[in-house]
Amino acid sequence: MENILVFAETQKGSVPKSSLIAIQAGQDAASKLGGDVLVAVLGSDTAAAAQEAAGYGAAKVLAVNDAALENYLADAYAATLEQLVQANDVTLVVATATAVGKDLLPRVAARLGVGMASDVVSFHDDGTLQRPMYAGNTLATVTLADAVKVVSVRSTAFDAAQPGEQSAVEQVRVSLDADATKMQFVEFHETKSDRPNLTEASIVVSGGRGLKSGENFTAYLEPLVNELNAAMGASRAAVDAGFVPNDLQVGQTGKVVAPELYIAVGISGAIQHLAGMKDSKVIVALNKDPDAPIFNVADYGLVADLFKVVPELTEAVKKAKE
Amino acid sequence: MKVLVTVKRVPDPETTIRVKSDGSGIETDNIKYVINPFDEIALEEALRIKEKLGSGEVVLVSIGDSVVTEQLRTGLAMGADRAILVGCDQDLDSLAVARVLAKIVEEESPQLVLMGKQAIDDDASQAGQMLAALLGWPQATFASEVVLSDDQQAVKVTREVDGGLETIGFALPGLITSDLRLNEPRYASLPGIMKARKKEIKQIAAADLGVDMRPRLTINSLEPPTQKEAGKKVETVAELIGLLHDEAKVI
Repeated sequence: MENILVFAETQKGSVPKSSLIAIQAGQDAASKLGGDVLVAVLGSDTAAAAQEAAGYGAAKVLAVNDAALENYLADAYAATLEQLVQANDVTLVVATATAVGKDLLPRVAARLGVGMASDVVSFHDDGTLQRPMYAGNTLATVTLADAVKVVSVRSTAFDAAQPGEQSAVEQVRVSLDADATKMQFVEFHETKSDRPNLTEASIVVSGGRGLKSGENFTAYLEPLVNELNAAMGASRAAVDAGFVPNDLQVGQTGKVVAPELYIAVGISGAIQHLAGMKDSKVIVALNKDPDAPIFNVADYGLVADLFKVVPELTEAVKKAKE
Repeated sequence: MKVLVTVKRVPDPETTIRVKSDGSGIETDNIKYVINPFDEIALEEALRIKEKLGSGEVVLVSIGDSVVTEQLRTGLAMGADRAILVGCDQDLDSLAVARVLAKIVEEESPQLVLMGKQAIDDDASQAGQMLAALLGWPQATFASEVVLSDDQQAVKVTREVDGGLETIGFALPGLITSDLRLNEPRYASLPGIMKARKKEIKQIAAADLGVDMRPRLTINSLEPPTQKEAGKKVETVAELIGLLHDEAKVI
């Protein structure tokens, strides 16, 4: 029997939505290509997360507990996944293309000596995969030749798995030698925010170079973001100009988002930005340049001075809520 | 300290990419090619490390046919000491690239390999991690800060991850891939361009490396993404709010 191994991340002892997306992608692949879905949960104390991961109808959850897996580190995690693949007749490895997934899966693939497809948006019955290239300007149909295939999936292309039948949790031991534990975790500085997570928010408001300064992000964009209970994003141009930190960047080289509503404020719509947001359900563009490419993907466009209309919009949203 | 920096020739990010009508590839007429922007950032970091230490060597490596010399010359003009061009006519996937690079690393024995976090053509973001795995080296991808220890034997790297910044450390040799905020690459100076003409570009044939380069990932066809229909232009905020509420039903 061939198995599909889904790697689930843990955040503070629980399974993030991005990993429920990976489980769904694994189930999607199973329905088209056959096989059972196994979910791997790694850490130093995975009891709670493994139990949580077991609630989504997978054939089995493989829980690996080891002191070396306390924090995510590419070398120890890749060595662990390699052992799970080899011990469980795995023919497909799936994880979501988060910062962890992007860091980890190529290392797993190379350890296995097999090829990998990144950012896959669909699995086909014939075994081919689809993935974007050139900042989303092309969609490629690709084939992986090896018996074991490694695939990262784009989070916006799959839904989160729905709760399903309870799966058995199997405790698995791995052996991690000195070669697999060369990296050390030092610290993590979490970006503190009361706002929804950029990749999970149902509304995203992003600012571009048109805002002219970081202060204007605070003065003009933040009130609108707060009023909509939205996540704040930014174009690469705004990040390059130093207005906001890079973790707000939406685009080919930043985060890929697909919220219900995406509001682009003062963003011209460079190809690389569009690659990160064009799958949003409803797109609103506010820009003073009527020829800005952002209007080509926007459902609703307003050509206006953002410093005038953003406060108006904030006020109107506030009124609409009352 | 010897630092190896990889350079990929890619279409200028400002270029409009069009898929050929038969789906076999992209239209390459009139495309301007540049160094992959993330590789430029990696090179800048290598140059800064060398400048800070006051000694060392920055070696560029690229894979491709002779046109790649153009990008290597640009890198040499920015300040790299010498370059290696691994001649290869076929398109390589990430694993084959990593296998070729692993051979070069074995020959050159750098303490540090710096790469871009992804190439902006295939957007795979795989080669660095794969190379680190093949070498059995530690890796720090998506780096926004690199701090070398005083004895130059170890490194601490701050990485741009989901939800914040993570710092990891390891003893060298190791591999780092650059994110956007790591630094701002310099432009090549005129004296730099003059000097670059005399710097060595060593030519090696990929076929002579004895590496398995058979493609594991094959691109069958390309298609343009589905085009969205043009939306509505509105005149006022009131009109916009009305449409978002009544038509789109998102507010």
